[in-house]
Amino acid sequence: MFFPISGAHISPIYLVTVGFLIGILGGFFGVGGSFIAGPALRLAGLDWNFAVGTDLAHIVGKSVVAVRRHRAMGNVDLRLGLIMALGTIGGAEVGAQAIQMLKRAGNVNFVVSIVSIVVYVSISTFMIWESRKTLSSSEGRSSRGAAKGGKSKKDHSAFGPVTRAIQRLKIWPMISLPASGIKEISLWIILLVAFVGGVFSGFLGGGAGYIRMPSMVYVLGVPTHLAVGTDLFEIIISASYGTFSHAVKGNVDILIALVMHTGAAIGAQIGAISTQYFAGPKIRLAFVPLPLIGAAIVIYTMFSGHKL
Amino acid sequence: MKKETVKTVRAFAIELVIYAFLIVAYFFLVLHFLGQWLYLLEIHHRYLYAGLAILLIVGQAVLLESLTTFLIRLIRGRSE
Repeated sequence: MFFPISGAHISPIYLVTVGFLIGILGGFFGVGGSFIAGPALRLAGLDWNFAVGTDLAHIVGKSVVAVRRHRAMGNVDLRLGLIMALGTIGGAEVGAQAIQMLKRAGNVNFVVSIVSIVVYVSISTFMIWESRKTLSSSEGRSSRGAAKGGKSKKDHSAFGPVTRAIQRLKIWPMISLPASGIKEISLWIILLVAFVGGVFSGFLGGGAGYIRMPSMVYVLGVPTHLAVGTDLFEIIISASYGTFSHAVKGNVDILIALVMHTGAAIGAQIGAISTQYFAGPKIRLAFVPLPLIGAAIVIYTMFSGHKL
Repeated sequence: MKKETVKTVRAFAIELVIYAFLIVAYFFLVLHFLGQWLYLLEIHHRYLYAGLAILLIVGQAVLLESLTTFLIRLIRGRSE
């Protein structure tokens, strides 16, 4: 199939299949999936600038489908998502600007890559430790039973005491998030979590959901199911902003995104529905390979010298 | 339990076939005619194209989500 905007010839079956797989990942884990979609579009022969912009447009569509499904299951905190979108957009701008500044300063790619690898591996290591500890504890066992029925959104974490200490920090203004079951938390902590995710998004491209989703669970204390749904809602806003920005620069082939999205629409629903059959700690344990894939991509780009 | 699984897989397979048929029709009818127009819009009116790109992807998302939900209800409703 010929796509006149980017001038690329790509099989629609390939695009639909890639969209379907990323849709499942996104619906289940609350991530954009750009660490797979970007390289997959590059592999199909799309220029790097089009791969990044088109992927963002596709992420918007996929997230809309997943959010509608998650919302029907009560897994979206709109208030938290809107606040986080502000922090993410701010962080993404700072991240992109910082990259430009660091580029002029010298050999920044090496430093950024090393920092990214350390962060990704740390997230995975921490999540393995936490989710396994939670699953082996009696609390984890009881929460597992609750989630099977799909009735309880509350889940326990071995990191819970630290999360509660963070929630007790009185830095004005304090806000409540009833949908997430959080009585009181500082607005600045939410913005900081979103901002850090945004900075990584600006540094490395994509939505950085593999940083934001665990941060929402461990730092803010949002139940895993709600973190997945809310992160997706937040992704709609930040990815729409990114899509507009890239489209103005001529980096979006919306026809490719529309074709990819036909597969993602089914995949995202399967992923979103699947979350109700798994307890929070199990979702977090299954999440572990995603940051590792991110780390592997960074290592590849470091040693090969070119971006995927 | 096994019977229930077979039923679900069967319903899902029917759903995929109908969905695939509709999507192929969509590719040929909508995207084929829309392609050239969007291409010209992208060249001459970049800001309009950017806004329309978001509207199109969100619109398609809402449409496909409604379609798949309708198919699920239709097929599972009948198989029960």
